[in-house]
Amino acid sequence: MEFWAHWLWLIPFPPLAAAGALALTSRRRRRRAAVLAVGAMGASAALAFGAFASAAAHWGERAAVGFPWLQFGSRAFYLGWVLDPLSAAMTLMVAVVGLAIFIYSLGYMAEDENFVRFFCFLSLFAAAMLGLVIANSLLLLFICWELVGLTSYLLIGFWYQRPAAAAAAKKAFITTRVGDLGFLLGLVWLANESGSLLFYNGGRGCLEPQTVALLGARGAGIGGLSAAAAIGLLLFCGAVGKSGQLPLHVWLPDAMEGPTPVSALIHAATMVAAGVFLMARVYPLFGSEGASLVPHAMVWVGALTALCGALIAVAQTDIKRILAYSTISQLGYMFLGLGAGGVAVGMFHLTTHAFFKALLFLGAGSVIHACHGEQDIRRMGGVGRFAKVTFAAYAVGAMALAGVPVLFAGFWSKDAILHAAHHWRPSSLPFWLGVSGAVLTAFYMTRQLAYVFFGTYRGEGEPHESPPVMTRPLVFLALMAVFLGFVGTPALDAFGGFLSGERPRFELGALWEGGALQTMGLSTLAVALGFGLGWLLYGGARAAALGAMDPLERLWPGGYRALQNRLYVDEFYGVTVIWAQEAFSKLCAWMDEWIWGGLVAAWSAAAVAFAWLSRLIEEYAINAGFDAGCGGLRRGGRRAASFQDGKLQHYLRGIGVGFAVLALFLLWGR
Amino acid sequence: MSWSAAPWLSLLTLTPAVGGLVVLLAPLSPRRAAAFSKAVAALTLLGTLGVLAGFDRGAAGFQLVEQRAWAPQLGMTYFLGVDGLSVLLLPLAAGLTLWALALSGRWLKESRAYGALILLLEAGLMGSFTALNFFHWFLFWELSLAPAFFLIKLWGEGDRHGAAAQFFLYTMAGSVAMLVAFLALFGAAGSFDFPSLAEAARKGGWAPLLERGLRLPAGAGPAAAMALCLAVWLGFAVKIPIAPFHTWLPAAYVAAPTPVTILLTGAMSKMGVYGLARVWLGVFPVEAAQAAPWLLVVAVFSVVISAAAAVAQKDMKRMFAYSSVNHLGYCALALTAVAAASGRAGAEVSRQAAWSGFILQMVNHGITAGALFGFLALFEARTGCRRGLDEFGGLRRAAPVFCGLMGISAFASMGLPGLNGFVGEFLIFRGVFGLAPWAAAVSLTGLLLTAVFLLTMMQRVFHGPLRAEWRGFSDLSARERLAMAPAIAAMFALGLWPNLALMWCNQTVARLAEGAEKILTSML
Repeated sequence: MEFWAHWLWLIPFPPLAAAGALALTSRRRRRRAAVLAVGAMGASAALAFGAFASAAAHWGERAAVGFPWLQFGSRAFYLGWVLDPLSAAMTLMVAVVGLAIFIYSLGYMAEDENFVRFFCFLSLFAAAMLGLVIANSLLLLFICWELVGLTSYLLIGFWYQRPAAAAAAKKAFITTRVGDLGFLLGLVWLANESGSLLFYNGGRGCLEPQTVALLGARGAGIGGLSAAAAIGLLLFCGAVGKSGQLPLHVWLPDAMEGPTPVSALIHAATMVAAGVFLMARVYPLFGSEGASLVPHAMVWVGALTALCGALIAVAQTDIKRILAYSTISQLGYMFLGLGAGGVAVGMFHLTTHAFFKALLFLGAGSVIHACHGEQDIRRMGGVGRFAKVTFAAYAVGAMALAGVPVLFAGFWSKDAILHAAHHWRPSSLPFWLGVSGAVLTAFYMTRQLAYVFFGTYRGEGEPHESPPVMTRPLVFLALMAVFLGFVGTPALDAFGGFLSGERPRFELGALWEGGALQTMGLSTLAVALGFGLGWLLYGGARAAALGAMDPLERLWPGGYRALQNRLYVDEFYGVTVIWAQEAFSKLCAWMDEWIWGGLVAAWSAAAVAFAWLSRLIEEYAINAGFDAGCGGLRRGGRRAASFQDGKLQHYLRGIGVGFAVLALFLLWGR
Repeated sequence: MSWSAAPWLSLLTLTPAVGGLVVLLAPLSPRRAAAFSKAVAALTLLGTLGVLAGFDRGAAGFQLVEQRAWAPQLGMTYFLGVDGLSVLLLPLAAGLTLWALALSGRWLKESRAYGALILLLEAGLMGSFTALNFFHWFLFWELSLAPAFFLIKLWGEGDRHGAAAQFFLYTMAGSVAMLVAFLALFGAAGSFDFPSLAEAARKGGWAPLLERGLRLPAGAGPAAAMALCLAVWLGFAVKIPIAPFHTWLPAAYVAAPTPVTILLTGAMSKMGVYGLARVWLGVFPVEAAQAAPWLLVVAVFSVVISAAAAVAQKDMKRMFAYSSVNHLGYCALALTAVAAASGRAGAEVSRQAAWSGFILQMVNHGITAGALFGFLALFEARTGCRRGLDEFGGLRRAAPVFCGLMGISAFASMGLPGLNGFVGEFLIFRGVFGLAPWAAAVSLTGLLLTAVFLLTMMQRVFHGPLRAEWRGFSDLSARERLAMAPAIAAMFALGLWPNLALMWCNQTVARLAEGAEKILTSML
């Protein structure tokens, strides 16, 4: 275990090296790029397996590494990595899903002229994401956090010539940066209070009991919060931005402008889940009494987002946007689970979701491929007959997402969340929000399936199945979307046991203890209700006619329109935050010109006026007198000069007069 | 004379000074003059690297000290030295000078005076970064002003005469305030040596000294001391500049030939930042601590307001100019926070972080802002000096390498981890948070706004459909890539391995963090 922990950096290293090499590779070397990127990701996945096996062999143990990176004065900030169940599970998930998506991309991006650049960015993302999950230092986590944000920006704007893609990339970066500033503030606060940003460092790390107790007891100086609570809430701001939670969710649907494999990897399976991972990682910080506010915030934000995301998804018509709102909603469930039930509950849904949502996105990509680039579900239909593998895989993903009982992974992980929410003391409202969200989830997936795969084809051309390089990853992910659920059932909670360090035991009885069966029954009912309503409205040929109103729109036009317009959140931000920011900028530029610049101009005008005044005084008071004196002198000079006229007789006369005067003076003057 | 006893720092100043005069006076052809100027700049750069090689990283105090009597009756000594606070500024200034010359082909061809003035400017920079006596320092401080003035006035564009005059007069006004203040200090302490001044004021500040030395009425000392402290601060605030004393900057930066802008922002602004630390905080440790809580408000204001003003700009050069004010604002923020809490117990880690961030940010800003303006110079050469945000679109298609490398510089400016901007700003925020949490929190707005305007720039200029008129926008040539490579390499190197810069100043930083009065006195 120590050995694996020591060499853990080798997991993100291959994609990082590949990204560096690809940055310098010519865009014509597509084959070399493909081999390099997929090979590097394969190596990472193999190493991640090794690390996972080592963590599983040392059940419940932890090995951490730290080294000084940023030395300032006599102090230093440390970076490091940690091998524990949390990082091992997450690393394996990221590497495996990543590998599947890399392979799929070979087919999906085959025609793109910037194939090499795509794999360069994608590899950089994989490296940063793997670095994020193995980090043993909040600073390293933040660094990787920002780097995944960068790659997200680069890949959303991959087709930068489309104005919408360029705008979406910018929006994503700036919206998440709003949250990241909270993260950064929490980070420096934590560094200031605890003196260490290493999570685990032989008793002195910031997540270890000594520091946690210290932070929980110390006041933050604001509204009676403890330092731990204030830091936790600030870090949660970062998570809210990255994971697309209310009120910072607006960037994620727009991020669908990126290529579909990017949506699958970054904006569904891994990066957006980094917020959940962050909160799971720093969860020990909230262990003290003073920090319970943070899990509460997670529960409320998560439950509200779960419902709102699902609501909006109901009325979207772009196949990827439906899935994007679904992702927002599912991330809400993860936070709900994390806050109400702890790390294992949230992380289990994160893991299963990563597989089935990646599956759905890749399936959607395959559908888009089949329909010649069409993304509007109203212009699809009957695709199931043309693309059978895609249809089957997509259906599995949809059922996993909806939480169809027993057989699908999403059922078990979502059930654990609802179960935890049911037992959450402070309020029962989050539980009911979660259940309503489950109904809506089944509903919007039914609507999507009906529109896309059933009925008659309404688009142009003939749909076709995708090549095997794209369908095989789908099949693999579909299998995972089924079987992964069985590692976390109440009867045998291997996943929870792995994270908590307890040996799981097989107890069939746990399935009907503590209200587990009631929750399962209720969530089954919710799924059935959602499917039933969906089929009632959209089943068969009801959604068939192109250009016809959506059945739900016919039923409830006002509500449908509001949901279709995403509850007007973007518009609201446009007239408030963005307007205020622009007005402030204009005000600052105006002040620059007229106030600060104006004061200087006024000063210089005053100086010039003073100079003029001096000049006038000089000219008319001082100079005038001087001039008069000069004039007198000049006149005197001219008169004197007139004596010197060069005429000899005048000079002789002068000399004569002089002599006469001298003689007279000498004679009588004494 | 042994190797280490040679007057290295004097040579560093003399090389560009003499070289500049030679270029100016000798009857060389412009081509020869250009080559000679570059050779002198390269030699100076080598000299600064030699200084680094001879610099003892394990020592905190002044090194390579040269001290000779000059006019002792007037308090003038010839007194030079470097420590961790200043040593990195030498290669930075020398590198930027060489780089600016490399990008100046157009103007060098025109006149040999251009190269001469740039070298004289460099001499001013070197002199003021190494001087430890007010008289000597002030000479070079003013000396650098004249070449900059003529460079803007003679080779600028647009309203270059107005911009040059405003730049010169505004800075001059600040200098005069400073000069008067130091004459008063000389009257009180009888010396112009910075360390002696600091030593005199170390305990009780300047108030009693001024009362005694200038025979002020009893009780007038504190007010007089504060007035002098603020006068000196003002001189630096104009030079850096700190908003709202920055209005000369957009005009001057935009009017100057872009390579000169590189020098103005990359190196000359550091004279102000460095002076604020060495001279202002060093000579007025007590008064600065009293004024700092108020000046902290000004620093935060500067950070936020300049970033916001940058968002509203439509011209890339003006945008980068405001961005420069914003980035230097972080330096002022760090320093002011340190001044405000210079003696507070238990805040030593925060002070170390703030000082380290301060030094690193000076270097980083020189590299990053220099690179951004450097790309702009290449940009202007392709577009005939057009650089409006709305005039372009999709350039990434025509010139992917150009846009990629300029994008890297923009992200470095935004403080993206992995590139140099992050480490400096992170240390500053870490330090300032421990000293004045509210100031750190409010200043974060600057980071957000920086992302807004730089990403907007990239969206409008690089992305979107390629406009037909720019289809011929050529990508970087091999020579241009070579010219930009050092800056890009430095961004990655410092971002990934910040110790490359910090190792030169860790000892000094540890000493500085003990208290503001150590900036000058304990360094000998």
